[in-house]
Amino acid sequence: MTPKTNPGPHSCDLAIIGAGPAGMAAAATAAQVGLKTVILDEGDRPGGQIYRDVEQTTAQRKQVLGSDYTAGGALAAALRASDAVYLPRSTVWNISSKRLIDYSLDGTSFQLQASAIIVATGAVERPFPIPGWTKPGVTTVGALQILFKSSGIVEEDAILAGSGPLLWLVASQMVAAGSPPVAVVETTPPRRLQAALPHILGALRGHHYLRKGLSLIRAVRRAKVPVFKDATNLEVIGDQDATGLQFISKGQRRTVSARHVALHQGVVPNPQITRLLGCDHYWDSKQHCFRPVTSACGLTSVEHVYVAGDGAGIMGAISADLQGRLAAQDIATSMGKSPPERSDRLAAKLTKDAAIRPFLEALYAPAPDVMSPADAVTVCRCEDITAGAIRDAVDLGAPGPNQVKSYLRSGMGPCQGRVCGLVVATIIAQRRSVSMDETGYFRIRPPLKPLTLQELARFQPTQELDP
Amino acid sequence: MTAHSKISADLIVIGGGIHGCSAAMFAAQRGMDVVLIEKDTIGRHASGVNAGGVRRLGRDFAELPISQHSMELWYTLADLVEDDCGFQIAPQIKLAETPQEMATLTERVAQLRTLGFEHEVVLDRAEVRRLLPAVSDHIVGGIGSLRDGFAQPYQTTFAIARRAQHFGARFFENETVQRVEKNAQTSEQIWEVSTDQATYAAPNVLNCAGAWAGRLAESLGETVPIEAVAPMMMVTSRLPPFCDAVVGAAGRPLSFKQMPNGTVVIGGGRLGYADPSKNLSEMIFPELRLTAQTAMEIFPIMRNATIVRSWSGIEGRMPDKIPVIGPSAKHAGLFHAFGFSLHGFQMGLGVGDIMAELIANGSTQWQLGAFAIDRFAQRPTF
Repeated sequence: MTPKTNPGPHSCDLAIIGAGPAGMAAAATAAQVGLKTVILDEGDRPGGQIYRDVEQTTAQRKQVLGSDYTAGGALAAALRASDAVYLPRSTVWNISSKRLIDYSLDGTSFQLQASAIIVATGAVERPFPIPGWTKPGVTTVGALQILFKSSGIVEEDAILAGSGPLLWLVASQMVAAGSPPVAVVETTPPRRLQAALPHILGALRGHHYLRKGLSLIRAVRRAKVPVFKDATNLEVIGDQDATGLQFISKGQRRTVSARHVALHQGVVPNPQITRLLGCDHYWDSKQHCFRPVTSACGLTSVEHVYVAGDGAGIMGAISADLQGRLAAQDIATSMGKSPPERSDRLAAKLTKDAAIRPFLEALYAPAPDVMSPADAVTVCRCEDITAGAIRDAVDLGAPGPNQVKSYLRSGMGPCQGRVCGLVVATIIAQRRSVSMDETGYFRIRPPLKPLTLQELARFQPTQELDP
Repeated sequence: MTAHSKISADLIVIGGGIHGCSAAMFAAQRGMDVVLIEKDTIGRHASGVNAGGVRRLGRDFAELPISQHSMELWYTLADLVEDDCGFQIAPQIKLAETPQEMATLTERVAQLRTLGFEHEVVLDRAEVRRLLPAVSDHIVGGIGSLRDGFAQPYQTTFAIARRAQHFGARFFENETVQRVEKNAQTSEQIWEVSTDQATYAAPNVLNCAGAWAGRLAESLGETVPIEAVAPMMMVTSRLPPFCDAVVGAAGRPLSFKQMPNGTVVIGGGRLGYADPSKNLSEMIFPELRLTAQTAMEIFPIMRNATIVRSWSGIEGRMPDKIPVIGPSAKHAGLFHAFGFSLHGFQMGLGVGDIMAELIANGSTQWQLGAFAIDRFAQRPTF
């Protein structure tokens, strides 16, 4: 069905982009205090990636995915019960500096003028370019988990390779679903636990996370899933499609056969909207990613633009919920409404929930070679640009990601650098021996997601605003 | 660089777009000691992000001699800069959608013949279809310049900059010019150019600062009605090859080119929002909608295309749509080349060569009267 008339209002006090934990919490909070609130999300139902399809899931899937997943149901219910206008299947493809939002719904584009915006677009998986990662059959661990949540499908004959809490969570969920992975290949370098130990006090304050993490690893071990530690030199093998993974573990060359190889190196903030809007970012050397500069309530360097949840830095779903509420309250206060909760209490909860992070960040920091692949490895998949080509461009004098992009087209394809951006920036910074902050990142151009020429040709937003 | 160091040269070029880089290259090749100062990085604005058309077709008659000279330089550019710049010879075609438009185009080609220019030819209905099999049925004909072409704009500007440095030019990027003034202490005419990081001194200054050139000219007493504009462009995902030419339209803004990798770059001059003071430009999609419509109407195959990215670059436009090229009307040793009004890329090589000649020799055989900076000055009225 093609809607001919605007599915939402033409203007609002607050537009929230993304209906994950941060977005859902922000929308319910803002609507509760009387802000005219619109929440736009690409999915069919609220939940984001972490709580994807939480409203729809079956009892059996709930059992596999666990109580941390089903907890998202309350947030979705609160959003449904609120007065916030919820626009599913709505892809935001541009936002102007005046906070005029262009979005696409069922093949037609509309505009929404927002007084304030909360960007709640969460995280993306950190790229993990290894030889052969572009072969059919190679996916990401996050993508495997989306399959369980949305379709109840557990990929059989899959190797999970990389590092990070999600690797173990998905491995344990596959075990619980009765299709354990062929192997877990962990790239976490040796002696990381010792490096993380100074943060153990904080970790003990978040002991439920620690307990959960250990129970996931135990569940995978109990199921007799082969676990290869200290893996380096990973390479997907196979003439056409992937047929397995080759690597060195504890000094020994290993080959494990499987039709699917799921890679993972943790998650990083999805930078597309905060970069499009020109928000200031900084390099977080603990999280190994760029983060938008924000106030305690999530206000970015661009006025009236907030970011909440993993898009502000990787803190997880509980923190995302708290950050969503804090941002909504800050906006409500600035618009003369009294917030329903004390912000200092929310901030205290946030501090408590964050206690585990230094431990996790030290334990699961990507191994040094993850972000600097060998010359022959393809980095930009859209345009088929190798790490070596990027290094050559730097040697010629291209000083940063945008010049390398102009010169080689890396980051110019349909994904606009969502997949390769961090690796391109890291390669340049290392080659030039300059900091990540000095190196910077791709300028992000609209449309944020591909848009058909036909849809643009029909794009005639009504100029009149709601009374 | 230490603060307040002073660097001397024969020529200071302000602006690292294609015109500045090209002038620096040709001047350095002639043996001049050249400094180039760029407030951002090489090719950051219009020169690095334009549609890449290397076009003589449809130019203002005043520009044609320089454009022809430039074209000869494009044909040998790969040897000169040791980089192919993505340059390919290809037809540039301007389409007529109505008989009236066709009559106007035909008349233009006839006029060009009387002036001695043979590069533009009339293309009838059948000839247009032979060159552009995917073109819409309603196209009645057009004109073409069959040995024009296209190039990769950033690759080109970057290659010229590298070649200029190979010839000895010194480039200073991320330095903003704050002041240009005559040094009162020397008997010779010496310009001092101060940036936020250093001071440069030379007898000659060339203003190639694009959309920012007006401010510089004004600070030296030469006010020009230059306007900063942001032409919008978009690129599609890859399509099967269907078009080898660069295509425009007589009656509507359009620039259309399928690149060798299958993506289609669509521009044509519809304008976004430009804020040169912040180095920013922004897309206005309800306006770009018209470009999408034009592209689909002229090439129906585009109905299936998907836009993956759009962008705009900040460019300087003059009221009469032709640039300022030549010596200052007020100061010896000051020269200008800016305001190329959305079609400067092709001229970059020729203008750079001519400016280098003019500055090195003090004169040039090229007629620059039409491009004089004082052509907008208020004439006395009564």
